[in-house]
Amino acid sequence: MVTFLNIVIAGLLLGGLYALIAMGLSLQYGVARVLNVSHGEFIMLGGLITWTLYTAFGVNPLLSLAICGPLTFLLGFIIHRTVFKRLLTSSESRGVFESNSMLASFSLLFIIQNIASIAWGPEIRGYSYLRVPVNLAGAVFGANRLMTLGFAVVIGVAFYLFIARTRTGKAIRAAAQDPAAAGLMGVNIDRVLALCFGLGAALAGTAGMLISLCYPVHVAMGLEYTVIALIVVVLGGLGSIPGSFIGGFALGIIGSVVTNIDPSLSLIAYYLIFVLLLLVKPTGIMGR
Amino acid sequence: MPILEGEGVTKYFGGLAAVSNVDFYVDEGEIVGLIGPNGAGKTTLFNLISGALVPKSGVIRFQGANITGLKPHRICKMGIARTFQSVKVFANMPALENVMLGSLFGAPNSVAPAEAVREATALLDFVGLSAVGATPAKDLTLANQKRLEVARALATKPKLLLLDELMAGLNPTETAEAMALITRIRDQGITIFMIEHVMKAIMSVCDRIMVLHHGVKIAEGTPQEIATSKKVIEVYLGE
Amino acid sequence: MNAVGVDLKKLRAPALLLVLLLLLIALPHARPGYAVVLVYTILMYIVLTVSWVLFSAPTGYVSLAPAAFFGVGIYTSAILGMKLPLPVVICIGGLASAFLALLVGALTLRLKGIYFAIFTFGLVELIKHFVLWYELKYTGTRGRFLLPVGNNTIYYVMLAILVALLLTTYFIKRSKYGLALQSIGEDEEAAAHTGINVTLLKIITFAISAVFTGAAGAIWAIRLTYIDPYIAFDVNNSFMPVLMAIFGGLGQLYGPILGAVVFSFLREVLITRFPYYYMLLIGTILLVSILYLPNGLVGLIQRWRRRIWGGQHANT
Repeated sequence: MVTFLNIVIAGLLLGGLYALIAMGLSLQYGVARVLNVSHGEFIMLGGLITWTLYTAFGVNPLLSLAICGPLTFLLGFIIHRTVFKRLLTSSESRGVFESNSMLASFSLLFIIQNIASIAWGPEIRGYSYLRVPVNLAGAVFGANRLMTLGFAVVIGVAFYLFIARTRTGKAIRAAAQDPAAAGLMGVNIDRVLALCFGLGAALAGTAGMLISLCYPVHVAMGLEYTVIALIVVVLGGLGSIPGSFIGGFALGIIGSVVTNIDPSLSLIAYYLIFVLLLLVKPTGIMGR
Repeated sequence: MPILEGEGVTKYFGGLAAVSNVDFYVDEGEIVGLIGPNGAGKTTLFNLISGALVPKSGVIRFQGANITGLKPHRICKMGIARTFQSVKVFANMPALENVMLGSLFGAPNSVAPAEAVREATALLDFVGLSAVGATPAKDLTLANQKRLEVARALATKPKLLLLDELMAGLNPTETAEAMALITRIRDQGITIFMIEHVMKAIMSVCDRIMVLHHGVKIAEGTPQEIATSKKVIEVYLGE
Repeated sequence: MNAVGVDLKKLRAPALLLVLLLLLIALPHARPGYAVVLVYTILMYIVLTVSWVLFSAPTGYVSLAPAAFFGVGIYTSAILGMKLPLPVVICIGGLASAFLALLVGALTLRLKGIYFAIFTFGLVELIKHFVLWYELKYTGTRGRFLLPVGNNTIYYVMLAILVALLLTTYFIKRSKYGLALQSIGEDEEAAAHTGINVTLLKIITFAISAVFTGAAGAIWAIRLTYIDPYIAFDVNNSFMPVLMAIFGGLGQLYGPILGAVVFSFLREVLITRFPYYYMLLIGTILLVSILYLPNGLVGLIQRWRRRIWGGQHANT
């Protein structure tokens, strides 16, 4: 029973992180129609900035959220304003824009990763913060991991409420459904798309901060997380934010179960689920 | 013997019957019209005949052979060609190549490329597009794109031609031309099954008309019978 | 223009290509050493790019599977390399990739648009991690070594693969199947209703393109001498052909070839000159070309030509 609980809690802890990174990607694809292959690079930036702030200046990692979040948001916002906005006007159809923007994001991956490697070098970085054991119904977990889950849930819910309840959220949903019509109804479409891209990047940056609490971070870590985010996003249905949230936890629990059987199989299990899901139900578990 | 017949053809879309237990037939050499309000299931029925969709139940026979659930390319080769409600031309390819593809792939017997060029040229001439053979399909007017679709369908040497709203969006002159084209196609010995909203056209061109409503066949008869049918008038004017 | 003039004009392109081929054949004798390595690297990228273009350009299905096919070729070579003669290994590498393509194609070519791209992207990762897991679990190894072969051999094999690929591409493009592939890209439903067996045509073309990618992987493995799943199934090998093709321009066959030549040459130079800034430079070049060269290098050349010749050659 304890092992079962152990597995489920470990799955939730992992799932919170997955949900967070997937929600960012989902927002970028669902609204801005950019399948952002460089998503993981924003995670890497968040992680490494947190590490620098903590080790060099002693800034509490949780406080560095106030720096990582806005910084990655701004970066994302500017990138959309310069790169993707131009592509949007020059592409003749949505399909062309989707493939062009995916390739552009691939070149962003190159650029961001290279700049980061100039700044931080190739070393694997880690630090110790809140690594105290906490007993949860007989199962023991690090406080840092529980913190991650707490943050992921709070941010996820806050984000959902933002999209569902606020005026800006309404504009975002309108833009996701029909950009042209939303534009006619007085939504500043360029601003909304850039906002979404920026928010997606900020979610990635935040996730990077949380990841650095539990795992070592390094310059080349991005792609792995991008791929996981992609899997979750497909699992939850491309572009569906609640789908990504639920999909993240689902994948976390699957990962935890498989890891319990054979740790080296977890990535294979992810891809297998991903591949099978695309074949059986490409619209995802929440898709219509 | 009918060239095309269906028995109890049924198709659901998520619990909703788009076509429900429809029996139909088309005799060789006939022009049969298929009418009904929007959402009646007309295009769905065409999709079931041409193989774009597979019926949930029922049998469709063409020249006596069961074609239910066959792939579109097989059905095309057997002799059923179609056009689409929203035009589907190969936009970036020249008009001539659009038609050539029909000769090269859709005809029952394979055709050499040189022969395909000859056939396509003749067909473009037949539908009145001989001047624009080299023009990419996307640069043609809507009326011309529709003619191009007809030429492409004819290139597959069909015995039965399904026309899905050939006249929608055309002006009166173009509509008259389209009607003349349909008669000329029939004169070549090709049977025609057509969906149309332009009542004047369908009443004057068709030998027989079938009416669908909510996926059910509610009437069938000569244009005269349909025009005076109480049931049909009710459906069109609202209950 | 008279008939002789037309004939001469028709002969010009093949004659030029023949001269180019002879020059390439002569190169290892005239300039042994680094030039040979550089040129066969470029040839390898042309093979990857043109194979990708063969299927993806007309049909519009953006495949990110080249790394999977390339990797299968690499592993075939690593497993069989010491047991069988080289030409046999290359052929088996190509066929193994084609077999994978048939399987993947049969399963997935009904996926539309971005889903197909995501699926093929995931496929590469799935295979990579599966091989990694398999090797750790059952063979207890990670990575393999290959017996080196002379640079000239690698060069000539790569050239032969490229020539075979270009001939295949040329004949497919000129045949009725070239037209049919294009019609699938324009409107798949209409293509099916025009009598084209779209599923079969897509799967077979996908497999043909994989043959050459796999064969190139099989010979490339020997150049690498050491391989492991990360090297063999590197996602860059999926993105590079796509980027090179778009960099060159997809309209004509010479566009992607030009793109591959320029880009891979640039890549080699940048890697050796600026190892620390290479990704930054490559990324910037790509970004700029995606943003400002919508029709690739070919579009740029056409624009220049038009400016110089004043519009007469706009359609050449």
